[in-house]
Amino acid sequence: MTGQEFDRRGFLKSAVVVGAAAASAATIASPEVAQAEAPAAATPSAGPDAADYAFFNLDEAAFIEALVDHMIPADEVSPKGTDLGVNVYIDRALAGSWGKGDRLYMQGPWKQGAPSQGYQLPLTPAQLYRAGIAATNAHCLKAYGKTFDRIEGAQREEVLISLSTGKISFDNGLPVRVFWTTLYQTVIEGMFSDPIYGGNRNKAGWAIIGFPGIIAVHRDHVEQYRGKPFPTKPLGISDMS
Amino acid sequence: MTTKLREVDVVIVGLGWTGGILSKELAEAGLKVVALERGAPRSSESDYSLPNIRDELRYVVRHDLMQNTARDTITVRNNPQQEALPMRRLGSFLPGEVVGGSGVHWSGHTWRWTDMEFKIRSNYEERYGKKFIPDDMTIQDWGISYAELEPYYDKFEYTAAVSGKAGNIGGRIQAGGNPFEAPRTRDYPLPPLTPILASEMFTDAARNAGYHPFPRPSANASQPYTNPDGAKFGGCQYCGYCQRFGCEANAKGSPHMTVIPIAMRNPNFELRTHSWVTKVLKDSDGKRVTGVTYTNVLNGEEFEQPANIVLLCAYAINNVHLMLLSGLGQPYDPVAQTGVIGKNYCYQTGAAATLFFEGKYFNPFMNAGGSNATIDDFNTNWAFDRAPLNFVGGYNLSGGFNTPLPIGYRPVPSGTPQWGSDWKRATAKWYQTAMVINASGSVMANRYNCYDLDPTYRNAFGQPLMRMTFDYRDNEHKMGRHAAQIVNDIAKSMNPTRLNAASARTDPWTVVPYQSTHNTGGTIMGTNPRDSAVNRYLQSWDCHNLFVVGANVFPHNSSYNPTGPVGALAYWTADAIRNRYVKNPGPLVQA
Ligand SMILES: Cc1cc2nc3c(=O)[nH]c(=O)nc-3n(C[C@H](O)[C@H](O)[C@H](O)COP(=O)(O)OP(=O)(O)OC[C@H]3O[C@@H](n4cnc5c(N)ncnc54)[C@H](O)[C@@H]3O)c2cc1C
Ligand code: SF4
Repeated sequence: MTGQEFDRRGFLKSAVVVGAAAASAATIASPEVAQAEAPAAATPSAGPDAADYAFFNLDEAAFIEALVDHMIPADEVSPKGTDLGVNVYIDRALAGSWGKGDRLYMQGPWKQGAPSQGYQLPLTPAQLYRAGIAATNAHCLKAYGKTFDRIEGAQREEVLISLSTGKISFDNGLPVRVFWTTLYQTVIEGMFSDPIYGGNRNKAGWAIIGFPGIIAVHRDHVEQYRGKPFPTKPLGISDMS
Repeated sequence: MTTKLREVDVVIVGLGWTGGILSKELAEAGLKVVALERGAPRSSESDYSLPNIRDELRYVVRHDLMQNTARDTITVRNNPQQEALPMRRLGSFLPGEVVGGSGVHWSGHTWRWTDMEFKIRSNYEERYGKKFIPDDMTIQDWGISYAELEPYYDKFEYTAAVSGKAGNIGGRIQAGGNPFEAPRTRDYPLPPLTPILASEMFTDAARNAGYHPFPRPSANASQPYTNPDGAKFGGCQYCGYCQRFGCEANAKGSPHMTVIPIAMRNPNFELRTHSWVTKVLKDSDGKRVTGVTYTNVLNGEEFEQPANIVLLCAYAINNVHLMLLSGLGQPYDPVAQTGVIGKNYCYQTGAAATLFFEGKYFNPFMNAGGSNATIDDFNTNWAFDRAPLNFVGGYNLSGGFNTPLPIGYRPVPSGTPQWGSDWKRATAKWYQTAMVINASGSVMANRYNCYDLDPTYRNAFGQPLMRMTFDYRDNEHKMGRHAAQIVNDIAKSMNPTRLNAASARTDPWTVVPYQSTHNTGGTIMGTNPRDSAVNRYLQSWDCHNLFVVGANVFPHNSSYNPTGPVGALAYWTADAIRNRYVKNPGPLVQA
């Protein structure tokens, strides 16, 4: 698996026409989701294609793909993170206004402060992400001699546990806790936000938890389905536009 | 250069719930009213409609209807020894920034605060003695009574389409309602919402434990409704997208679909959006204000709007900021304990448990803003003896859901990994089969919890940000421990498959995550100018033609959501201005 990703990245880096390297666009849906989504699955939205990234460079793209597939592996519950488009969601979020610091108060002086004072870095989310990926890869190189996308699953697990528990610190001074919080939040957003943002492809994130999406006229359902499962084929914004 | 405009009778700063109520009432009284709102006009038809309003990322996570902290924010710290730092993005509370203010994206829980709050110091001193109240707990009586406010509560409830069940009509206790509420003259305008499974189960468990559960009164119209002003409501759809969203069904009582459109139809009223008020102007003798300055945020142009009466309706936090920026009243000094502006900032506290019931479908997404069932046995129940527990105040408990949308709400039993197949399986298994019991607790005023101007950080207009100094005190910690225990007792009695038990909070208050937009105090009301910034009519003690309307006048915070008394006080103030002040401008209460 790891070797395959390495090859693809190596090829992309040297490819003159990047588009030629388009990865398979097919969405590999789990049997359950495929069932729930039978008609939709016939017209899958384009799969993540390296050329589609608006923010990530190739190293970062490799990192994020490895990350979301590790955090959201393909199993009987759902397809894997890249097949849900979580990487695409994150890339667009970082390339867009949120990534550029929309609504973020960005005036100094800059102090780290106490955790109770919230986010205090002089970085937009995109800058934070970039520095955080670089720092995580630097950590991986030191610990395993390879970047995050090239280490084994068990090693990835170890890295994520270190990040989430703050057991390591980054050489570049970036607070691990802040990077992890942002990273984790964006993975969740990519899995559960409306598909118009690029993630939650085929509403598979919603399907696994039985969330019906935007259709929410439940006036009669409250009594009808009290204590009973609500039959769900989730609908998103673009299904109604 | 500042363009000076023609004088009007009334200028209203901010057009949310309070500004909307006062705009309508005062324009109807024949006064020329201009409302200045920093946000954009938005409407139910164009903005709060399907499918785009049902977007958790946009409205909950990215704060589309809320204050833009890049332009103006506050600085925060837990105590005076700490250096305050800017709240760089919203978190703990989410004030609005559109026409309708926070009233667009609130949930609608609407409570009547009683004399237990309005006479808090007298009540506790009388029952428990003066020593029961710690020296640094700066609580005080409010200078009004429940009986005086009752008609105005009624008016607000009928305006906002509150659904509920009365517990006490004219002193007669009503089965199924809150037996601890103060007497009301009549029932709510609408029957309670249909209970969801979680609120039914909580109701049963609470009743079995000897408590008195009732459906939470909420401005989610349980049926189609036309309010006394002719505003039309649809019936609530239990859509699950209530708090932080505009209501697609026009069922949530909000200013943009009630009082504001009625004011807009009145030729005496003018609304200017994108108009950011930067300062209230004082007369040379300091006894009156002369108007406000504001900036058109679309092009940076500056205006002076002279007015006979200035009403600050810019939300609890911003009202205090404008007072401090304008040099109105004496700023509060917590060390010397002098001054009043900035005093008694309060918030709320809480404790929550998540209950997991294997195979039981709660369908959390079918839920109205106020579908939760509640008990007030540890809140407005004065028979609940605080002496052995040694705290002032109380908490209400409720069972149900808050905003059960999947980016923010994915309950899993504690110990579940945060990612990977096991996490996914648990998320899939428990999303629909869990429910929450939540305690919302009061916060008593403390000498050191206050606002002032920050010495370092500035907003987009070059003005100092306001600095908030806040933390929970021993009183809140004691109450939190009691609340967590009662939550857990009820939860355990329900025999959940798994339980994430409630624990009392011990950490300092933090600016993340969201807790509640129930900020109170800063320009508190009272009986004399030494202890308060405004009198019982919300009129400034210093400048009689300035009224400061909002939860900023609350001398302490109860466990209830604030908008019941905020709305009632807005109507009460409108009456005082219409019927008394206009006829005879001057202080309505002699200092
Ligand atoms: C997510 C959420 C849920 C809530 N749920 C409940 C609930 O269930 N029950 C309850 O009782 N309360 C609830 N609240 C609180 C409730 O919304 C407020 O108490 C209520 O809206 C306060 O009314 P207001 O007029 O003081 O302020 P708002 O309604 O917020 O209106 C203030 C207006 O002033 C404008 N403004 C601010 N500064 C300026 C300036 N300098 N110049 C011009 N305009 C300005 C703002 O843009 C805004 O439109 C909730 C709030 C939030 C955010
Ligand atoms: S829950 Fe009811 S009141 Fe709230 S937004 Fe949905 S339909 Fe409107």
